[in-house]
Amino acid sequence: MKKTWLLVISFVSLIILTGCGNSKEETITAVGSSAVQPLTEAAGEKYSELNKDSYINVQGGGTGTGLSQIQSGAVDIGNSDLFAEQKKGIDADKLVGYQICVVGIVPIVNKELNVDNLSLSQLRKIFSGEITNWKEVGGPDLAITVVNRANGSGTRSVFENSVMNNIETKSSQEQDSSGMVRQIISNTPGSISYVALPYLNSDAKALTIDHKAATPKNIINNDWKIWAYEHMYTQKNANKLTKDFVKYILSDEVQNDIVKKMKYIPMKDMKYQKDINGHVTPIKR
Amino acid sequence: MSKPKIIDKIATVIIYAMAGFIVLILAGLLFYILGQGLQYVNWHFLTSRAESFSAGGGIGIQLFNSIFLLVLSMIISIPIATGTAIYLSEYSSNGRVANFIRTAIEILSSLPSIVVGLFGFLIFVINFDIGFSILSGALTLTVFNLPLLIRSIEDSLNSISSSQREAGLALGLSKFETVTHVIIPEALPAIITGLILSAGRVFGEAAALIYTAGQSAPPVDFTNFNPMSITSPLNLMRPAETLAVHIWKVNSEGLIPDVVAVSAGASAVLILAVLIFNLLARFIGNRIYSKMTGDK
Amino acid sequence: MDNIKAKLTVKSKSSKREMNGKIISMFCTTIIVVLVISLIGFIASKGIAIFVVDKVNIFDFLTHSVWSADKTDSQGRPLLGALPMIVGSFGVTFLATIIATPFAVAAAIFMTEISPKLGNKVLQPVIELLVGIPSVVYGFIGVSVVVPLVRKMFGGSGFGILAGTFVLFVMILPTITSMSIDALKAVPRHYREAALAVGATRWQTISRVVLKAGAPGLFTAVVFGMARAFGEALAVQMVIGNAMLLPQNLISPASTLTSVLTMNMGNTVMGTTSNNALWSLALLLLLMSLLFNSLVKFIAKKGTL
Repeated sequence: MKKTWLLVISFVSLIILTGCGNSKEETITAVGSSAVQPLTEAAGEKYSELNKDSYINVQGGGTGTGLSQIQSGAVDIGNSDLFAEQKKGIDADKLVGYQICVVGIVPIVNKELNVDNLSLSQLRKIFSGEITNWKEVGGPDLAITVVNRANGSGTRSVFENSVMNNIETKSSQEQDSSGMVRQIISNTPGSISYVALPYLNSDAKALTIDHKAATPKNIINNDWKIWAYEHMYTQKNANKLTKDFVKYILSDEVQNDIVKKMKYIPMKDMKYQKDINGHVTPIKR
Repeated sequence: MSKPKIIDKIATVIIYAMAGFIVLILAGLLFYILGQGLQYVNWHFLTSRAESFSAGGGIGIQLFNSIFLLVLSMIISIPIATGTAIYLSEYSSNGRVANFIRTAIEILSSLPSIVVGLFGFLIFVINFDIGFSILSGALTLTVFNLPLLIRSIEDSLNSISSSQREAGLALGLSKFETVTHVIIPEALPAIITGLILSAGRVFGEAAALIYTAGQSAPPVDFTNFNPMSITSPLNLMRPAETLAVHIWKVNSEGLIPDVVAVSAGASAVLILAVLIFNLLARFIGNRIYSKMTGDK
Repeated sequence: MDNIKAKLTVKSKSSKREMNGKIISMFCTTIIVVLVISLIGFIASKGIAIFVVDKVNIFDFLTHSVWSADKTDSQGRPLLGALPMIVGSFGVTFLATIIATPFAVAAAIFMTEISPKLGNKVLQPVIELLVGIPSVVYGFIGVSVVVPLVRKMFGGSGFGILAGTFVLFVMILPTITSMSIDALKAVPRHYREAALAVGATRWQTISRVVLKAGAPGLFTAVVFGMARAFGEALAVQMVIGNAMLLPQNLISPASTLTSVLTMNMGNTVMGTTSNNALWSLALLLLLMSLLFNSLVKFIAKKGTL
């Protein structure tokens, strides 16, 4: 019995001790979009190597979680695939937004399908349910299985804004992660979906649209239209570490290294800019 | 042969076949996972850090986190579960109260992980301000563990025949002493089974931990034993991605090119870890059992 | 004399311990009850918002099949019909439980009545190992093995209730089996001996005595299995297709309460209509498990009489 009490007491004191923490060490938490997570994590680790005793705690949870938590002040940085203004229930005026990189989104199909190119309107008709068989777009006689992303996910919003032209997508299979989509496309004949460029690998085949491929060069020149920004949001009175870290992410050191390696596109490379309503204008330098 | 005897034979064959079928499915599953994953498991994989976007990452910290989290949640949940089980099986004379508590426990066990995870997130992480941490994760897992643990401990306490209790009471022991000195040692093997089952769930749980223990594993310095430092493995307040969460993460939004290798390898390691834990728990349980009951 | 009097009136060490023990065990029980009540209160308060704040009709919620929090009907109420998910959840849960229960009970009989030795050596460890496999892994095996198999055998895309049923069947098998084993083990030995003594065969003993005596325990095992199936999210979500449509058949894409909940929770902002709608699904899940519970208790009560 005595031993048990000893254990309990030491355990409780351990909790209290850790609760106090070490005053020298400083931590900030970034939560939100799972697409921004790997980037933030990699940058955070490098940042900790450069700045001793500063730690960046990176978590996923989705764009919605990121924005609600930064709004309520529970975290220091909210990662988002969307402009805060695009999300219902978020008061964007209270937040400070940073665009940290550009991401391209590309339609993918099962590798065995011998269709390589679609026109933008064909793509739209497939996702709206008007075209249901591959033979209608010059492919084999095979039913089209549309795999969409979860309603409200950042990738889906970007895809719908750039492709669908306010036409509603048909109710179909939905998945909430890029990895799952990839897996399903590689296993299902005649399936079509879309992923962000960093997630494209040999499991699936990327389509060209109007004979243009989703390359960084085409995105930079806006020849590939399906792209969007990744965002970081902070509170207006963010602490020094938070500000420093965001500055670090936007520095050439990160932008030309980690950002490029992950197949995102650095902000400075872009020759065009997109506003919140999807209007694209050339950047004057 | 008489008719009942023929029926008996047929029934026996059918039961053999069904039990065999289960073993076949389960064994097939195990071989599938191990067969796919073991080829990727090596010392480097087991000890090195995970990579966020390049190949060649390991699962060292995640493996440690899984075990640490398991131990922690067991430390929290075993005493509570044992206490409740004792109350339910020995003290609750009023059927209504016991029924109410049992219903409550069953409801607890049927909640989907994601709901418990979000409860943990809003209560432990945000309200109690513990943050994304191994402690939040352990507390949330306790919510999961309790129903299963209480159930199996209570069952094992109930399966002890009443003559044992009467013998204890006849020796002048109080009810509680009878429970702690006679009943619990006798029920220990069954309790350990319950423990192993819930440990398996802790190892495999992902949805509840994503929002509580977090899904990143900051670098840990295994030579730092100061539990207050954030790089110490013993720190309870550091975010701790477990193996199951890691498998989920690399598969859903991972950017590493060797997703298949990491996830198959990690699954195989997870199964092996569960296996080792089960063997260990049984071994230690048997040792304690023979020590407490006095047979050699 | 006084000595004896003192001895009789002062509490003995043993009875003090008894008091302490009782207090500790009651304290633990209180923790659990408080936990459950706060969890239920928490989910209920969040889940009710959609009906109170957004004025969604409960009847529509249960019977309509359009789920779109962003759109509103003629009276300005969001279109929230959870029927497809309710059907999907019940479909996979019942089918999986119906398939899994006979196997689980057979395995339990095998372990307790026929060959405990073989059972202990082979069946038990395998079952315990399986509990530890994460849902994600089940899901991936489901996508790479089960779904293509269903597609080849029954056509369609392979995603749907049938694939979900197969995956859940394997997932709940360990839960139901291990709890059934406990239930049958708890049947006193002398029941069996009495049956055998009056000349019953082993199967007669099993079917007429052991299974009947163990029935309440077996029912609990089934409830736990159903609860696990009902609440399972990640694995089901991967194989069921997640289309918010009323399932036409067992191989058309469907969705369950948990799959929708898990998929969309991270994408919504706390306090908005779409977020509240998800919490109402959680509340529905909670109420369903309450219903399961009382239903099975009712049956078990009838069975023992």
